[in-house]
This record gives sequence, C-alpha cells and structure tokens, in this order.
Amino acid sequence: MGDRPRDRRSDHDRPAGSPARRPGDLRVVGTAHRRIDAVGKVTGRTQYADDLALPRMLHAKLLRSPHAHARIAQVDVSRALALDGVHAVLTGADLPTPFGILPVSQDEHALCPDRVRFVGDPVAAVAATTEEIAAAAVDLIAVEYEPLSVVGDPAEAIAGDAPLIHDYGDAGNLHKLVNLEFGDVEEGFAAAHHVREDLYFYGGNTHLAMEQHASLAEWTPDGRLTLWSSTQTPHYVHRALARVLELPPGRIRVVATPNGGGFGGKSDPFNHEIVVAKLAMLTGRPVKIALTREEVFYCHRGRHPTLMWVKSGVARDGKLLGLHFRTLLDGGGYGSYGVASTYYTGALQTVTYQVERYKFEGARAFTNKPPCGPKRGHGTPQPRFALEVQMDKIATDLGLDPAELRLRHLVTADTITANWLRVGSMGLGACIAKVVDASGWRTRRGTLPYGRGLGLACSSYISGAGLPIYWNDMPHSGVQLKCDRGGGVTVFCGSTDIGQGSDGILATIVSEVLGVPLGEITVVSADTDLTPVDLGSYSSRVTLMSGNAAIQAAERARDIISQHAAEKLQVPAERLVFAEGRVFDAADPDVWLSFAEAVQGAEARTGTVGTVGSYTPPASPGRYRGAGVGPSPAYSYSAAVVEVEVDPDTGIIRVPKAWVAHDIGQCINPAMVMGQVEGSVYMGLGEALMEEMVYRENRGLVHKIPSMLEYKSPTTLEMCDVETHLVADPDPNGPFGAKEVGQGPLLPIPPAIANAVFDAVGVRVDEVPISPEKVLRALKDKARGGPGRTGPTAFPDIPWPEPIRVPTPWEGGDGKALKHDAAGRRGRAADQSAAALPRSGAASHPERQH
Amino acid sequence: MNGEPTQVAFAPHKTLLEVLREDLGLTGTKHGCELGECGTCTVLLDEIPVLSCLVLAQACDGRRVRTVEGMATGEGLHPLQETFADLGAAQCGYCTPGFLLTAEALLAAIPTPSRDQIREALAGNLCRCTGYLKIYEAVELAAARMRGEDAQPRPETIHGR
Ligand code: FES
Ligand code: FES
Repeated sequence: MGDRPRDRRSDHDRPAGSPARRPGDLRVVGTAHRRIDAVGKVTGRTQYADDLALPRMLHAKLLRSPHAHARIAQVDVSRALALDGVHAVLTGADLPTPFGILPVSQDEHALCPDRVRFVGDPVAAVAATTEEIAAAAVDLIAVEYEPLSVVGDPAEAIAGDAPLIHDYGDAGNLHKLVNLEFGDVEEGFAAAHHVREDLYFYGGNTHLAMEQHASLAEWTPDGRLTLWSSTQTPHYVHRALARVLELPPGRIRVVATPNGGGFGGKSDPFNHEIVVAKLAMLTGRPVKIALTREEVFYCHRGRHPTLMWVKSGVARDGKLLGLHFRTLLDGGGYGSYGVASTYYTGALQTVTYQVERYKFEGARAFTNKPPCGPKRGHGTPQPRFALEVQMDKIATDLGLDPAELRLRHLVTADTITANWLRVGSMGLGACIAKVVDASGWRTRRGTLPYGRGLGLACSSYISGAGLPIYWNDMPHSGVQLKCDRGGGVTVFCGSTDIGQGSDGILATIVSEVLGVPLGEITVVSADTDLTPVDLGSYSSRVTLMSGNAAIQAAERARDIISQHAAEKLQVPAERLVFAEGRVFDAADPDVWLSFAEAVQGAEARTGTVGTVGSYTPPASPGRYRGAGVGPSPAYSYSAAVVEVEVDPDTGIIRVPKAWVAHDIGQCINPAMVMGQVEGSVYMGLGEALMEEMVYRENRGLVHKIPSMLEYKSPTTLEMCDVETHLVADPDPNGPFGAKEVGQGPLLPIPPAIANAVFDAVGVRVDEVPISPEKVLRALKDKARGGPGRTGPTAFPDIPWPEPIRVPTPWEGGDGKALKHDAAGRRGRAADQSAAALPRSGAASHPERQH
Repeated sequence: MNGEPTQVAFAPHKTLLEVLREDLGLTGTKHGCELGECGTCTVLLDEIPVLSCLVLAQACDGRRVRTVEGMATGEGLHPLQETFADLGAAQCGYCTPGFLLTAEALLAAIPTPSRDQIREALAGNLCRCTGYLKIYEAVELAAARMRGEDAQPRPETIHGR
C-alpha cells in the first residue's frame, strides 16, 4: 500500500502530545475534567428559571389552602379582579382536567375545584403587573371552606371513621396495596436456624433544592405556548400541559432550565406550571411565577414516611432463607409517584444478598399532608435502612462480623434474583473490602472507647428504570447529532441537567467517540421543540440511557465520516482512529485529516452530516403484575463504614468520618463522580441525623417548619469527612461500562450510622432521623434493664389482598405468576398480564393495573 | 457596583437582592429563601459578605457592592472560579456565587486558612449538592495558587482511591 497516494503530514503538523491512539483506548472518558457548564456556573451566567424575564411580563401568585382538608363552598374573586394591575384570576373551574405523573393517579387539579387535601393545596391564581400586586390580590380572594375531618397519618387513614380523601384507591384511604410472594417464606422460616422480627420507621424528609421552583410561560398570537421551567422532566410536563390545556402537543414547547438542584423534587408536573401557562394564554402576556421557600415545602413530593415490619429467617451461616417485608407509606394528599414508590419499598431487597424466598406486602395511605413522591433513592432508602440494620442485628445474634456476614452471601454477578431482577455486574464485594480496609474495621470495631463506634451498611440502586412512566414501546432516550463543517459538533438530547452534569456526560461521550475536543462540542438539552425525547432526570437513568443513545448517534456519524476519510486517506475504514480533532490511520498516525476536513469531505459526498441514536432498556425476565418496578439495565453498588461519637449525656451524635466505596462500573468523568458520592453521603447524613418534615397535629396539620432555618440540614459544621473509593466493575449495558452514582451512595449512610450508634453505646434506634432524644430514650431504656431500643412498636392491620405468587428461578419459575383458583390456591402457571403487552418479555407496569 | 459608579432608580422598600436582580439585571446573585437563612444571596458590601436579601438597597448608597459578575477580570477567571470549576465544587451551581464571594472575603482576610477556618467561614452558606468537601478543596487550592504556589488538585480529590 506504500505506493498509494497518501495524505501524509509532517510531524510538526501533528497536534502536540497526540500519540497514536489504538481503537478501544479511552481518551476522554475516565479522565477528570471540567464539566462543560462549569464556567457558566462559576461566573453567574447560567440562567435558571427565575433569572429569565420577558418584556411585558406579568407575575403570578397562588392562593393556597389554609385547611388540611375542606370542601370549597364558594370562591369570590371579584375584589381581586378589581385591583389595579391585576390582569387575570383563575380558579379551579378554569382548569377542570385532572392530571398526575402516573397514568393511574390522575388525581391532581391545577387549582382545586371543590376540595382541598393539604395545607398549601392551591385554590386560585392571580396574574398582575408586579409580584406585590399579585400577592395583594391573592389576599382579596374570599374562599368559603367547609372543613372536613383531617387524616393525620396512615393509622388514622385506615380507621373506620376516617373520611375518604379520594374516591379511588385499592381500599378506602389505602391508595395502593401490593402483595407479592416469591417462594414460600414460611417454609424458609421453618428451616431457619434463627428467626427475628423487627419494626422500623423512616421519617419523611424533603429535597430542599437550593433553587425554589420557578416557571415562565409565553403565549404568542400564532397559538403557540412556551414554558421555561425548573423541572427534571420536561417531557412529562409537556404531556400534562397538552392534556390540561387541551392543546396539540405540537403547539407546546417546554424548556427545562438548568435546575438549581432537583433530587426528585422537580419530577412531577406541578400546579404552578399549568397555571402560568393558562394565565399567559388568557392575558396574551408572558407570566412568571417563582415559588417562595415556604411554598416549596408545600409542593414537597419528598421521602415517604415509612413504617416497616421485617421478618427474617437465616441459616446458621447467616444465609437469608426467608425474608418477609411489610411497608406502610404515608403518601400525603395525592398520588404523585406513590404507586411506584410503594413498589420500590419492596423491589431492591434482593439484589445485594442472596434471598432464597421473599415476600413483600406494601401499602400507601392517603393523608392530609403535602404529597410525597420521589426523593433521591426513591422508595429504597427506607427498606434499605431496615434491611441493613436487620443484617447488623443478625450478625450480632449469630456472633458474626457484619462485614463477613454480608460478604458470605452476596448475590453473584449475572444472576436473576428471587423477584426476577436480572443483576449484571456486581461489585459489592470489592466495595465492602475497600471500606473495611480503609476504616480499620477489623481492628477498631467493638474496641473503641464507650461513646465511639463504627457501623457498616451496603446498598444497591438502579441505573435507570426498566420501564417508562406511561406505557409505550418507544426508546427512553434519544440523541441527535449535527457535525458542522467547521469541526464543531452539536448534541441534541432531551435530558435535563439538574446539577448532576448530564450535559457534560453527553459532551464527554461524543468527544470520546468522535475525537472532537470538549470545547468544540455544544449540547442543546431539555427542550421539547429542539431535542428528541429523554424521559427525564429521575431513577438515575440519564448517564446510562442518554449515554448509550449518544454513543449510537456518534458512532453513526463516525461511520459516515469514516467512509469518506478512508477513501481520501486510502486506509481501511476500520483502521481509522478519531482522536484529538483528527482522523488518522492507527497503523501510521502521520496519515491524517483534521476532523473538520473529514466532515467537509463527508458532507460533500453525502450531504449534511447528522445522525440519531436512541436507547431502549432490555426487557426484564419478570412478567408478573408489579414486575415493572425494580428492573434496570444495571445496578450500582455501595458500601459505607461510618464512625460516630455519641455523647451519652445529651444523645448528640457527631460523625467525624465516613468511608464509602461505590461500584460505578466506569467513570465518565471521575471529578463529577466524586461529587455525586460526596453529595449523596451528605444527604444521607442529613436524613439520618436531623432532616424531618413535621406537622402540627393540633393545628389542622399545618407544616410546622416550612423554612430553611427550622428544617435542619447539615451545614459545613455538621458535614463529615468522606474518603471515597471507586470500584470500576464495568457493566456491559452501561455506556463504556458506566453505572449510576447520583443516588446509590446515599442509601448505606443512615443504616451505617444506626449500626455505629449501636457499636458506640449499645442501643438501637430503629428510626430515622436518629435524633438525640431517641438516643437518650434508648439509653434510659437500657439503664432500666430494657432492651435499649427506640423505635416503632406496632404495625397496623392492613387488608392485604391475596398474594400474587411467583415461583423463584430456582423453583423452576418462568417469571410469571401462578394462576389462582377461586379459593386462592395455586394453580397452573399463567401469565397475568404480559400477554396483553406488545413486546415479549416486557413486564407489566404499575399504571396498567387499574 | 463591581468597580463602576452606578445609578439606579428603584422603589424604596426594595432589598439589595431585588435591585441587583430586577433593576440592574445582575441575575448571578441567587436566592434560596429571601429570609436570611441560606447564604445563597451573599454579595460583598465594602468587601464584607452580606446577605443581600436582608440589606435594603437604599443602605448601599455610596458603598462598594461586588457580585459574582465582578469576580472574573478581562484576563480570565478568578482563581476561586477556576478551582470551583475544575474540582466540581459547583454542581447545580445555584449556591456557587454565594460561596465564591464568601470564600473570596475569607482569603482576603486569611490567605492560608485551615480547614476549620474554611468551615467556619462558610457555615452560613448552604449547599445541597456537594456535601461541601469539593468546596473546601477548591478554596484551599485557590488559596495556594493565590499565594503563588504551583498547586495541583490531589489525585484522590478528583479520582477517588
Ligand atoms: S436568599 Fe438571602 S439568605 Fe437565603
Ligand atoms: S452546587 Fe447545588 S446547591 Fe451547591
């Protein structure tokens, strides 16, 4: 081939420091680098929703209910309308169509038409020339309420005389009831060497993103609506707007502005988003709303307070022969993600340690409080707390080292669990080994002076939910790519940067595949007019799903460009390498084109160089009703050891240090991974020690502390030192092997702290937050000769439905439920729901159950 | 205002935060509570960090106000901005302007702060994303560079162990 004409360049043409690159080497992925949006953020140029303003913009305010539960008898807006500067007033009658994030829970109205269900439920809205006038006008709206009796917690919700909060649900105020059985747990308990039953409670807490929700709507005379909003899920907001406003989706554009933190709190379509859109349509002027911090506490959608009962039967070596889990979630006033949250309190118990037989009963109650929904870890920190403390107790009972107990019974890679989740890569063993070594666990645990202790806990989390929120068989994430003649590349993707760095992930991945420098990649994201759908920033799905879509789009672009470059350079296409802004021959790096030249050639040959990529998760083997929650393309794993100092006189806990190891699969940008781990540890610390949503029971359930001062969250003075270890066990389903990191590392922190408190002072606080009062109560209990425990003492009677029985893989099951005969006994295996679904192997989906 | 004489007309009840954002178009200064609880709105008033949501704009007559928009010079980013960007001390970035200005005032007073002094100085600023650790490390790295040292991030800071 030596005599062919070749585009050989002299050495000094070659960009400095560009050694030959072998195909398959990683150049950008895995290196710590500045994320593409960093400079905007450190210079104050990033525009969050409330930073936007349009000419002639009006300001909106919501009137919120002062009652936790009441009928709306009458609303008189005449005095508000008469106020100078007021342009429009809305009430429930103006927006009659209900909405909600899950198709099975369309139970919200933009403004309550006839009934309010929590203090803060919006009743009316005003648009005025200034925020002050809008606020004054809201005060002039007269609402006549007929108070109803108030349901304060799940126990009250299921009491016989409780008023019904909604007219739908599985039983009275029980919004959702689940009963799933994988193998016969009773058989497991009978065979067990040791059985224990425990009760746990995980308190409710909230996201507290630093940015309050804000939205700006514009309606133009051509009948088009644009909404800029601090949302994590522009696609779902788009759908909700079309539904409630009765507009064709093609006339609505939703742009998610960079979120000033989300953590799940901006994942629902919200009242205020619909209200400003409607107000813009009515007034013909842009309308903005910026919620106050107090209002954000009312929007909530945070962690469900969850009561849990756990029964475990273990063999002499600690193997879980049977695990029976009951959860009761306090859902608040609306459905939100609650059906999914309920399933999530039972879904992931099986992916860390082998569980032979598993039974899960879950219930979610409606109560007259702000709705709960997804917060970092969505439905899994609560059961994880219970399971990890339970494992610690089992270890103590059996005289085993808690780390050893876990290591002995790890789920192995590439297996299917009792509840039919397919686990791929599994790096938990390596994670445990790292934190055990780094913390000096083997020598220090149990030997520290009274008041100091070490605790260990582990966890796992999904890298994206296997199924979308509304049933469809389209991809979960799409990417479009445009290669410019000048050598730049623009990546279009619906994914939303909520601070986690998803824009940077897209840029890094495209840079890796096409060899274009990061600085020459533009990311356009989260804009329903411009970008292909990505379902949203929730369930830790974005890196894996949009990342895989980006790889596909970029590889397609590379193929197009390669065809031309191969011809031009007279090199076989498969020998071409794209790196450092060049396309060159792997065998002879001096034969090259610049990326821009290569694009120009390809464009001359085939036209505009643009490609698409998309990603659909693999089908899950579980095919029973309820199998839709839990499957994921890949599971991340984390382990943590936390050191505590407990003051036995005050009960105050100080956490000097946490060692955490996270199985990330592969870092796309390690600097960002580190931040996600540390931020997760921080949030877990806050949940474990201090964060709690509290309501005044004797004052009609008004939120006790809707302010940042009173809602305690860790400051620099409470935050612990963190030593982070990253375990890279690449998963074949992840982009370059990457798995999630945004949520998983939160999960082990609360149970590790609870376990450390036990190591420090010998008492069990089976309840989060582990406040000083609870520690003191347990210490007093112990001093009086009691068991030394604070925690719940009873689990109410729930009318559990007949279980759905699914044989485990090792019982020869096929992922489907057994069919029940009339007496509820087992019969022939039959598919409960999958037959109705278009894709074979697709699991049923919670929303399809009603 | 960021080194320039500035005239602005506004309603007398307005806070400095509101005037910055609404009347001067300087939206780099953020708000998380508007009640003096979160530190997000921190700016420098005569080089002292203040919560702009609690300062009446009228009280700033004739005084020097510095916001995040005034940190970078023509030559480039402020060393704190560089290190915040490189270490990931800005995730969502919403708290970042407040932290940057508080840190700048700290380094002006104490060029070699201990970790505890950094913690103390930043205790009034809440960040929900980072767990503060990358912020400490960014402040320490910037401090070293501002003292003229050729400091680099520690490998475990950006790669873990
Ligand atoms: S906005 Fe000023 S302290 Fe929170
Ligand atoms: S970076 Fe998001 S609040 Fe600090």
